[in-house]
Amino acid sequence: MSLDVQHLVVAYRTLRGDVRAVDDVSFSVADGEIMGLAGESGCGKSTLGNSLVRLDGRMRVLAGRVLLDGTELPLSDWDAMDEFRFKKISLVPQYSMSALNPTRRIGKMISEVVRSRKIRYKDVLPELERRLRLVGLPTDVLAKYPIELSGGMNQRVVMVLTTLLDPSLLVADEVTSALDVSTQRAVGELLVELRDLGIVTSTIMITHDLSILVQVADSVMVMYAGKVVERAPTATIVDAPRHPYTKLLIASLPEVGVRYAEHVLTGIPGHPPSLLDPPTGCRFADRCPFASAECAVEPPLVELESGHLVACWKAS
Amino acid sequence: MLNLEKLSKSFRGGSFGSGAIPAVRQVSFSIAPGEVTSLIGESGSGKSTIGKMILRLLPVTSGTITFDGVDVASLKGAALKEYYRKVQGVFQDPFSCYNPVFRVDRIFTMLEREYFGGLGAREWSVKLHASLEAVGLNPTDVLGKFAHELSGGQLQRLLVARALLLDIEILVADEVISMLDASTRIDVLNLLAGLKARGLGVLFITHDLSLGHYISEHTVILRRGVVLEMGETAKVFGNPQHSYTKMLLASVPRLHSHWEPLEPAAGSAGPDRFEPRRPAVARARRTHAGPPEPVPLLVEVEQGHLVAFEQGGPG
Repeated sequence: MSLDVQHLVVAYRTLRGDVRAVDDVSFSVADGEIMGLAGESGCGKSTLGNSLVRLDGRMRVLAGRVLLDGTELPLSDWDAMDEFRFKKISLVPQYSMSALNPTRRIGKMISEVVRSRKIRYKDVLPELERRLRLVGLPTDVLAKYPIELSGGMNQRVVMVLTTLLDPSLLVADEVTSALDVSTQRAVGELLVELRDLGIVTSTIMITHDLSILVQVADSVMVMYAGKVVERAPTATIVDAPRHPYTKLLIASLPEVGVRYAEHVLTGIPGHPPSLLDPPTGCRFADRCPFASAECAVEPPLVELESGHLVACWKAS
Repeated sequence: MLNLEKLSKSFRGGSFGSGAIPAVRQVSFSIAPGEVTSLIGESGSGKSTIGKMILRLLPVTSGTITFDGVDVASLKGAALKEYYRKVQGVFQDPFSCYNPVFRVDRIFTMLEREYFGGLGAREWSVKLHASLEAVGLNPTDVLGKFAHELSGGQLQRLLVARALLLDIEILVADEVISMLDASTRIDVLNLLAGLKARGLGVLFITHDLSLGHYISEHTVILRRGVVLEMGETAKVFGNPQHSYTKMLLASVPRLHSHWEPLEPAAGSAGPDRFEPRRPAVARARRTHAGPPEPVPLLVEVEQGHLVAFEQGGPG
């Protein structure tokens, strides 16, 4: 069991009270698994991903614990987490362009990063060069500035750097979102390759784009308003979703092959509830076409079949 | 009817503006009323530059844009104002289109002052409400609110409603739904598609092939400022001829099937062969990048389907 998250609650402190962006979330990611984390903006998926790597100043872990390879992560302790960051857990941020220091040559910047972990650049250089060739980059990129590379190349440099120390867990936050389709494909395939080569043990890929998860992920977890609503193998999520939110989300996706003239898709009316004062019961109830009286009580996340968990009264 | 004829745009670049960056080269197509034309290209392909030239936000370097037979570049004063009555744009980021310290109604008030000075308050209100209802908004939900109180989808609809208040014939929609949530973007897309029934011509600029395919009658595929394939959407997507179009279609993530292995293409393999680069600055004195590739000829492969000629024969 690579990653095990138990009843995690992460909140943002605001003047009007705590916003519980991740509210009692439990899941586990197996060794070698790429888990997709999907949902609308504001559903808590990035907060969940970030809380595993670095809590920013406004975030607080209110409850729950996270085990990585059997060791509990000291999420709230910034200094203690330094032992895990980059070595055990790595994050690939969304905008690689802004993740690289524009005033440093790439090699120099990488040497500064590894030195901060008390590792000599000379020791990792052969492996670094091997990894760069692996992702199809010439090793002379180390002598270049980020501005001299294209967006896709920068994205790959960042991915080589973050996975340099063979992390157990890689959190890829919207890595394909702002990219063109051809670069999107290259980055998606690279994530799978890093896993296949055993460089990264487990991956959490955060995205709002379900169709890219079909290509990359083994399983998908769908979040809504801070809660997990459905968790299943990727094929099950796409072909046989059980939660109304997942169903509606998939039904609203335009795909190549679907045309307005032939088939008009529909969105989901309404918007997610405010997490400052979340509704009691099922949080999707006021947008759900199937909602009834029993939805006033919060549905538990139950396992319908092996590996397929759903939080909905109507699913069972 | 809006016509683009051999439209080119180059920006000044390099040190002290000594070089030229060719952003758009020799692009010709037209936007017919009652149809959606999608302009599809990756970043740096010049698709937004074309939209901005149509809206007169950028001057044209060479070539012409004609609207109902009149050269758009020559318009001045009252004639330009009349042009904007008929041609309007909606852009990617709805949040930055509003001034956060004013209520959202201000975009309508400014329009009223400019274009509907003679209209009575009552008639204006009727017109405004009709326009808001046409985009599926309840006037009491949105009027009198500040931008931060509304969702991205609502703000984007307000901008479309603003354009509809004028007697527009052409709407330039530049990546209008990229910033919206998956659950609401499709509603805005349906709204744009529904404008066809009102006889509007829509130029739908996007990098997302599935959106372009969903909504449009005509498709133009652009790369590095050059049209590579254009024609009826069903033909371009159903029977792609150019290797770039094929590569794009093979890279689109689909819901019910996996990426197929890419055809091993000449030169380096994989999508990177086409990785969009910023158009190189051709410097006046020291030419690093060499002369830009020549603009390929468009060949008609079937009725209403043009493909750029590739060396080694079309696909």
